[in-house]
Amino acid sequence: MAQQMVMYDQEFQQISAVCDRLAREASAKVVFLVDKNGQLIATHGGENLDTTSLASLTAGNIAATGGIAKLIDEKEFSQIFHEGQRDNVHINIVGGRVILVVIFDNRSSLGLVRLRVKKASEELSKIFDLLLKKADQPGAAESPFAEISDEDIDKLFTD
Amino acid sequence: MSTVNFGSRELYLKVVYYGPGLCGKTTNLHYLYSKWPKNERGNMVSLATETERTLFFDFLPLSLGEIRGFKTKFGLYTVPGQVFYDATRKLVLRNADGVIFVADSQAERMDANLESLDNLSDHLAESKLALDKMPFVLQYNKRDLPSALPVSELSAALNPRKVPEFEAVAPTGAGVLETLKAAVRLVFNDQKNKK
Repeated sequence: MAQQMVMYDQEFQQISAVCDRLAREASAKVVFLVDKNGQLIATHGGENLDTTSLASLTAGNIAATGGIAKLIDEKEFSQIFHEGQRDNVHINIVGGRVILVVIFDNRSSLGLVRLRVKKASEELSKIFDLLLKKADQPGAAESPFAEISDEDIDKLFTD
Repeated sequence: MSTVNFGSRELYLKVVYYGPGLCGKTTNLHYLYSKWPKNERGNMVSLATETERTLFFDFLPLSLGEIRGFKTKFGLYTVPGQVFYDATRKLVLRNADGVIFVADSQAERMDANLESLDNLSDHLAESKLALDKMPFVLQYNKRDLPSALPVSELSAALNPRKVPEFEAVAPTGAGVLETLKAAVRLVFNDQKNKK
Protein backbone atom coordinates (compact mmCIF):
# COMPACT_ATOMS: atom_id res chain seq x y z
CA MET A 1 0.00 0.00 0.00
CA ALA A 2 1.18 3.54 -0.67
CA GLN A 3 3.05 5.06 2.26
CA GLN A 4 2.32 8.28 4.07
CA MET A 5 4.68 11.23 3.89
CA VAL A 6 4.84 13.09 7.18
CA MET A 7 6.21 16.63 7.35
CA TYR A 8 6.95 18.04 10.81
CA ASP A 9 6.96 21.71 11.68
CA GLN A 10 10.71 21.89 12.34
CA GLU A 11 11.68 20.30 9.01
CA PHE A 12 9.00 22.34 7.23
CA GLN A 13 10.70 25.52 8.48
CA GLN A 14 14.14 24.23 7.45
CA ILE A 15 12.89 23.30 3.97
CA SER A 16 11.18 26.67 3.54
CA ALA A 17 14.44 28.39 4.56
CA VAL A 18 16.41 26.41 1.94
CA CYS A 19 13.87 27.41 -0.74
CA ASP A 20 14.06 31.07 0.31
CA ARG A 21 17.85 31.05 0.18
CA LEU A 22 17.92 29.26 -3.17
CA ALA A 23 15.57 31.86 -4.66
CA ARG A 24 17.84 34.64 -3.41
CA GLU A 25 21.16 33.08 -4.42
CA ALA A 26 19.96 31.95 -7.84
CA SER A 27 18.13 35.25 -8.52
CA ALA A 28 15.04 33.15 -9.24
CA LYS A 29 11.45 34.39 -9.47
CA VAL A 30 9.84 31.34 -7.92
CA VAL A 31 11.11 28.23 -6.14
CA PHE A 32 8.84 25.41 -5.11
CA LEU A 33 9.14 21.91 -3.81
CA VAL A 34 6.62 19.22 -4.74
CA ASP A 35 6.28 15.58 -3.74
CA LYS A 36 6.03 12.98 -6.51
CA ASN A 37 2.31 12.84 -5.79
CA GLY A 38 1.90 16.41 -7.01
CA GLN A 39 1.40 17.98 -3.59
CA LEU A 40 3.09 21.30 -2.95
CA ILE A 41 5.46 21.07 0.04
CA ALA A 42 7.01 24.54 0.19
CA THR A 43 7.17 27.59 -2.00
CA HIS A 44 9.00 30.90 -2.33
CA GLY A 45 7.35 33.55 -4.50
CA GLY A 46 4.71 32.79 -7.12
CA GLU A 47 1.92 34.62 -5.31
CA ASN A 48 0.23 35.31 -8.66
CA LEU A 49 0.74 31.81 -10.00
CA ASP A 50 -1.57 28.80 -9.73
CA THR A 51 1.01 26.81 -7.77
CA THR A 52 -1.43 23.94 -7.08
CA SER A 53 -1.83 23.25 -10.81
CA LEU A 54 1.88 23.84 -11.39
CA ALA A 55 2.70 21.26 -8.70
CA SER A 56 0.40 18.66 -10.22
CA LEU A 57 1.68 19.24 -13.75
CA THR A 58 5.30 19.14 -12.58
CA ALA A 59 4.71 15.77 -10.91
CA GLY A 60 3.00 14.57 -14.11
CA ASN A 61 5.93 15.82 -16.13
CA ILE A 62 8.41 13.97 -13.90
CA ALA A 63 6.27 10.82 -14.03
CA ALA A 64 6.14 10.95 -17.84
CA THR A 65 9.88 11.63 -18.09
CA GLY A 66 10.53 8.74 -15.70
CA GLY A 67 8.41 6.54 -17.98
CA ILE A 68 10.52 7.55 -20.98
CA ALA A 69 13.72 6.85 -19.01
CA LYS A 70 12.50 3.37 -18.17
CA LEU A 71 11.70 2.62 -21.80
CA ILE A 72 15.28 3.41 -22.85
CA ASP A 73 16.83 1.66 -19.83
CA GLU A 74 17.81 4.81 -17.96
CA LYS A 75 17.31 5.05 -14.20
CA GLU A 76 15.82 8.53 -14.35
CA PHE A 77 16.42 11.95 -15.87
CA SER A 78 17.23 13.89 -12.74
CA GLN A 79 17.07 17.33 -14.40
CA ILE A 80 14.66 18.85 -16.88
CA PHE A 81 14.96 22.32 -18.37
CA HIS A 82 12.24 24.23 -20.22
CA GLU A 83 13.39 27.35 -22.04
CA GLY A 84 10.81 30.02 -22.72
CA GLN A 85 10.93 33.45 -24.38
CA ARG A 86 10.67 35.24 -21.05
CA ASP A 87 10.79 32.66 -18.27
CA ASN A 88 12.59 29.35 -17.91
CA VAL A 89 11.84 26.37 -15.69
CA HIS A 90 14.48 24.13 -14.14
CA ILE A 91 13.19 20.91 -12.57
CA ASN A 92 15.35 18.65 -10.44
CA ILE A 93 14.62 15.43 -8.56
CA VAL A 94 15.94 15.54 -4.99
CA GLY A 95 16.97 12.29 -3.35
CA GLY A 96 14.65 10.33 -5.67
CA ARG A 97 11.72 11.55 -3.60
CA VAL A 98 10.76 15.17 -4.16
CA ILE A 99 10.89 17.64 -7.03
CA LEU A 100 12.57 21.04 -6.82
CA VAL A 101 11.31 23.59 -9.35
CA VAL A 102 13.01 26.91 -10.09
CA ILE A 103 11.43 29.53 -12.38
CA PHE A 104 13.83 32.24 -13.53
CA ASP A 105 14.16 34.93 -16.19
CA ASN A 106 17.10 36.70 -17.84
CA ARG A 107 18.20 38.23 -14.52
CA SER A 108 19.69 34.80 -13.82
CA SER A 109 21.28 32.09 -15.95
CA LEU A 110 21.01 28.33 -16.35
CA GLY A 111 24.59 27.91 -15.06
CA LEU A 112 23.92 29.84 -11.87
CA VAL A 113 20.61 28.04 -11.28
CA ARG A 114 22.25 24.62 -11.75
CA LEU A 115 25.04 25.52 -9.34
CA ARG A 116 22.69 26.76 -6.61
CA VAL A 117 20.21 23.92 -7.15
CA LYS A 118 23.00 21.38 -6.63
CA LYS A 119 23.86 22.85 -3.24
CA ALA A 120 20.21 23.21 -2.17
CA SER A 121 19.45 19.64 -3.29
CA GLU A 122 22.17 18.27 -1.03
CA GLU A 123 20.75 20.18 1.94
CA LEU A 124 17.18 19.12 1.14
CA SER A 125 18.25 15.51 0.74
CA LYS A 126 19.72 15.52 4.25
CA ILE A 127 16.56 17.04 5.71
CA PHE A 128 14.35 14.43 4.00
CA ASP A 129 16.61 11.61 5.23
CA LEU A 130 16.19 12.90 8.79
CA LEU A 131 12.46 13.30 8.24
CA LEU A 132 12.08 9.67 7.23
CA LYS A 133 14.04 8.48 10.25
CA LYS A 134 12.02 10.74 12.54
CA ALA A 135 8.69 9.43 11.25
CA ASP A 136 9.83 5.85 11.95
CA GLN A 137 10.96 6.56 15.49
CA PRO A 138 8.77 5.45 18.39
CA GLY A 139 7.15 8.48 19.96
CA ALA A 140 6.85 10.34 16.62
CA ALA A 141 3.86 12.71 16.57
CA GLU A 142 0.64 10.75 16.17
CA SER A 143 -0.83 10.92 12.65
CA PRO A 144 -4.04 12.97 12.69
CA PHE A 145 -5.64 10.24 10.58
CA ALA A 146 -5.66 7.97 13.63
CA GLU A 147 -8.03 10.34 15.43
CA ILE A 148 -10.55 10.80 12.63
CA SER A 149 -14.04 9.55 13.47
CA ASP A 150 -17.05 8.82 11.25
CA GLU A 151 -18.66 12.00 12.61
CA ASP A 152 -15.65 14.05 11.45
CA ILE A 153 -16.03 12.64 7.94
CA ASP A 154 -19.80 13.28 7.92
CA LYS A 155 -19.15 16.85 8.97
CA LEU A 156 -16.91 17.45 5.95
CA PHE A 157 -19.92 17.12 3.68
CA THR A 158 -22.47 18.95 5.79
CA ASP A 159 -20.51 22.16 6.47
CA MET B 1 0.57 8.38 -1.02
CA SER B 2 -1.07 10.59 1.56
CA THR B 3 0.81 13.56 3.00
CA VAL B 4 0.51 14.82 6.56
CA ASN B 5 2.03 18.28 6.86
CA PHE B 6 2.32 19.38 10.49
CA GLY B 7 3.94 22.63 9.30
CA SER B 8 1.05 23.85 7.16
CA ARG B 9 -1.53 21.77 9.10
CA GLU B 10 -2.74 20.00 5.93
CA LEU B 11 -3.72 16.48 4.98
CA TYR B 12 -3.44 15.63 1.30
CA LEU B 13 -4.91 12.58 -0.44
CA LYS B 14 -5.14 11.39 -4.01
CA VAL B 15 -8.19 9.76 -5.59
CA VAL B 16 -8.16 8.44 -9.15
CA TYR B 17 -11.18 8.04 -11.42
CA TYR B 18 -10.61 4.96 -13.57
CA GLY B 19 -12.73 3.40 -16.32
CA PRO B 20 -13.07 2.75 -20.06
CA GLY B 21 -12.98 5.48 -22.69
CA LEU B 22 -15.97 7.84 -22.77
CA CYS B 23 -17.47 6.44 -19.55
CA GLY B 24 -17.73 9.90 -17.96
CA LYS B 25 -14.68 10.28 -15.70
CA THR B 26 -13.93 13.80 -16.87
CA THR B 27 -17.66 14.67 -16.70
CA ASN B 28 -17.64 13.70 -13.00
CA LEU B 29 -14.82 16.19 -12.42
CA HIS B 30 -16.51 18.89 -14.52
CA TYR B 31 -19.64 18.57 -12.42
CA LEU B 32 -17.72 18.79 -9.13
CA TYR B 33 -15.77 21.77 -10.46
CA SER B 34 -18.98 23.59 -11.40
CA LYS B 35 -20.69 22.96 -8.06
CA TRP B 36 -17.87 23.23 -5.55
CA PRO B 37 -17.51 26.61 -3.79
CA LYS B 38 -14.90 28.64 -5.68
CA ASN B 39 -12.74 29.33 -2.63
CA GLU B 40 -12.69 25.61 -1.79
CA ARG B 41 -11.32 24.37 -5.10
CA GLY B 42 -8.43 25.12 -7.42
CA ASN B 43 -8.47 25.33 -11.19
CA MET B 44 -9.24 22.20 -13.16
CA VAL B 45 -6.34 21.10 -15.33
CA SER B 46 -7.12 19.02 -18.41
CA LEU B 47 -4.42 17.55 -20.58
CA ALA B 48 -6.62 16.60 -23.51
CA THR B 49 -6.38 16.10 -27.27
CA GLU B 50 -7.91 18.59 -29.72
CA THR B 51 -11.07 16.50 -29.67
CA GLU B 52 -11.27 16.79 -25.88
CA ARG B 53 -10.30 13.20 -25.17
CA THR B 54 -8.10 12.89 -22.09
CA LEU B 55 -4.47 12.55 -23.19
CA PHE B 56 -2.66 12.35 -19.86
CA PHE B 57 -4.94 13.30 -16.96
CA ASP B 58 -7.48 15.76 -15.62
CA PHE B 59 -6.77 17.19 -12.21
CA LEU B 60 -9.10 18.92 -9.77
CA PRO B 61 -7.89 19.99 -6.30
CA LEU B 62 -10.70 20.19 -3.73
CA SER B 63 -10.66 21.33 -0.11
CA LEU B 64 -13.08 19.51 2.15
CA GLY B 65 -12.87 21.53 5.32
CA GLU B 66 -11.00 20.90 8.55
CA ILE B 67 -10.59 17.76 10.60
CA ARG B 68 -8.94 18.00 14.00
CA GLY B 69 -7.25 21.29 13.07
CA PHE B 70 -5.95 20.00 9.73
CA LYS B 71 -7.19 21.29 6.37
CA THR B 72 -8.13 18.28 4.22
CA LYS B 73 -7.26 18.48 0.55
CA PHE B 74 -8.08 15.96 -2.14
CA GLY B 75 -6.40 15.77 -5.53
CA LEU B 76 -8.87 14.17 -7.95
CA TYR B 77 -7.33 12.70 -11.10
CA THR B 78 -8.78 10.93 -14.12
CA VAL B 79 -6.87 8.51 -16.29
CA PRO B 80 -7.12 8.48 -20.09
CA GLY B 81 -9.63 5.74 -20.87
CA GLN B 82 -8.57 4.84 -24.38
CA VAL B 83 -6.83 1.46 -24.54
CA PHE B 84 -3.61 2.70 -26.18
CA TYR B 85 -2.85 5.16 -23.37
CA ASP B 86 -1.88 2.33 -21.06
CA ALA B 87 1.53 3.72 -20.04
CA THR B 88 0.10 7.08 -18.97
CA ARG B 89 -2.75 5.38 -17.09
CA LYS B 90 -0.20 3.53 -15.01
CA LEU B 91 1.62 6.78 -14.16
CA VAL B 92 -1.54 8.55 -13.02
CA LEU B 93 -2.58 5.60 -10.88
CA ARG B 94 0.73 5.61 -9.02
CA ASN B 95 0.46 6.63 -5.33
CA ALA B 96 -3.36 6.76 -5.41
CA ASP B 97 -4.97 6.53 -1.98
CA GLY B 98 -8.31 5.45 -3.43
CA VAL B 99 -9.92 4.54 -6.76
CA ILE B 100 -13.37 5.28 -8.19
CA PHE B 101 -14.22 3.03 -11.12
CA VAL B 102 -16.69 4.68 -13.49
CA ALA B 103 -18.49 1.99 -15.49
CA ASP B 104 -20.51 2.73 -18.61
CA SER B 105 -23.97 1.20 -18.04
CA GLN B 106 -24.67 0.59 -21.74
CA ALA B 107 -24.87 -3.07 -22.75
CA GLU B 108 -22.49 -2.54 -25.68
CA ARG B 109 -19.80 -1.20 -23.30
CA MET B 110 -19.79 -4.16 -20.92
CA ASP B 111 -16.69 -5.71 -22.51
CA ALA B 112 -14.88 -2.36 -22.25
CA ASN B 113 -15.82 -2.14 -18.56
CA LEU B 114 -14.48 -5.62 -17.86
CA GLU B 115 -11.29 -4.98 -19.81
CA SER B 116 -10.68 -1.72 -17.96
CA LEU B 117 -11.29 -3.35 -14.58
CA ASP B 118 -8.77 -6.09 -15.42
CA ASN B 119 -6.34 -3.42 -16.55
CA LEU B 120 -6.75 -1.62 -13.22
CA SER B 121 -6.01 -4.81 -11.26
CA ASP B 122 -2.94 -5.49 -13.40
CA HIS B 123 -1.54 -2.00 -12.91
CA LEU B 124 -2.08 -2.11 -9.17
CA ALA B 125 -0.45 -5.53 -8.99
CA GLU B 126 2.61 -4.13 -10.78
CA SER B 127 2.89 -1.62 -7.93
CA LYS B 128 2.44 -4.47 -5.44
CA LEU B 129 -1.05 -3.27 -4.57
CA ALA B 130 -4.19 -5.35 -4.56
CA LEU B 131 -7.53 -3.97 -5.68
CA ASP B 132 -9.32 -5.82 -2.89
CA LYS B 133 -7.17 -4.00 -0.30
CA MET B 134 -7.58 -0.58 -1.90
CA PRO B 135 -10.33 1.91 -1.00
CA PHE B 136 -12.51 1.28 -4.03
CA VAL B 137 -15.95 2.51 -5.14
CA LEU B 138 -17.98 1.72 -8.26
CA GLN B 139 -20.16 4.12 -10.19
CA TYR B 140 -22.61 2.92 -12.86
CA ASN B 141 -22.83 5.96 -15.08
CA LYS B 142 -25.16 6.81 -17.98
CA ARG B 143 -28.23 5.40 -16.22
CA ASP B 144 -30.42 7.65 -18.40
CA LEU B 145 -29.48 5.92 -21.67
CA PRO B 146 -31.94 3.46 -23.25
CA SER B 147 -29.45 0.60 -23.53
CA ALA B 148 -28.39 0.82 -19.86
CA LEU B 149 -28.22 -2.65 -18.30
CA PRO B 150 -30.02 -3.32 -15.00
CA VAL B 151 -27.84 -2.49 -11.99
CA SER B 152 -28.13 -6.09 -10.77
CA GLU B 153 -26.47 -7.29 -13.98
CA LEU B 154 -23.69 -4.70 -13.82
CA SER B 155 -23.12 -5.44 -10.16
CA ALA B 156 -22.89 -9.20 -10.72
CA ALA B 157 -20.27 -8.72 -13.43
CA LEU B 158 -18.22 -5.85 -12.01
CA ASN B 159 -18.66 -5.92 -8.26
CA PRO B 160 -18.10 -9.39 -6.82
CA ARG B 161 -16.48 -7.82 -3.76
CA LYS B 162 -19.63 -5.76 -3.04
CA VAL B 163 -17.87 -2.47 -2.59
CA PRO B 164 -20.07 0.64 -2.37
CA GLU B 165 -21.79 1.17 -5.76
CA PHE B 166 -23.76 4.12 -7.09
CA GLU B 167 -25.97 4.88 -10.06
CA ALA B 168 -25.12 8.10 -11.83
CA VAL B 169 -25.90 10.47 -14.66
CA ALA B 170 -22.73 12.53 -14.52
CA PRO B 171 -23.78 15.50 -16.73
CA THR B 172 -26.70 16.24 -14.38
CA GLY B 173 -24.66 15.43 -11.28
CA ALA B 174 -26.92 12.58 -10.18
CA GLY B 175 -24.80 10.22 -8.07
CA VAL B 176 -21.57 12.18 -8.54
CA LEU B 177 -21.26 13.60 -5.04
CA GLU B 178 -22.51 10.39 -3.41
CA THR B 179 -19.75 8.46 -5.20
CA LEU B 180 -17.07 10.88 -4.04
CA LYS B 181 -18.37 10.90 -0.46
CA ALA B 182 -18.18 7.12 -0.28
CA ALA B 183 -14.64 7.14 -1.66
CA VAL B 184 -13.54 9.83 0.82
CA ARG B 185 -14.97 7.81 3.71
CA LEU B 186 -13.13 4.66 2.62
CA VAL B 187 -9.87 6.55 2.07
CA PHE B 188 -9.97 8.10 5.55
CA ASN B 189 -10.80 4.77 7.17
CA ASP B 190 -7.95 3.14 5.27
CA GLN B 191 -5.52 5.85 6.41
CA LYS B 192 -6.59 5.35 10.02
CA ASN B 193 -5.25 1.83 9.85
CA LYS B 194 -1.85 2.95 8.62
CA LYS B 195 0.87 4.59 10.59
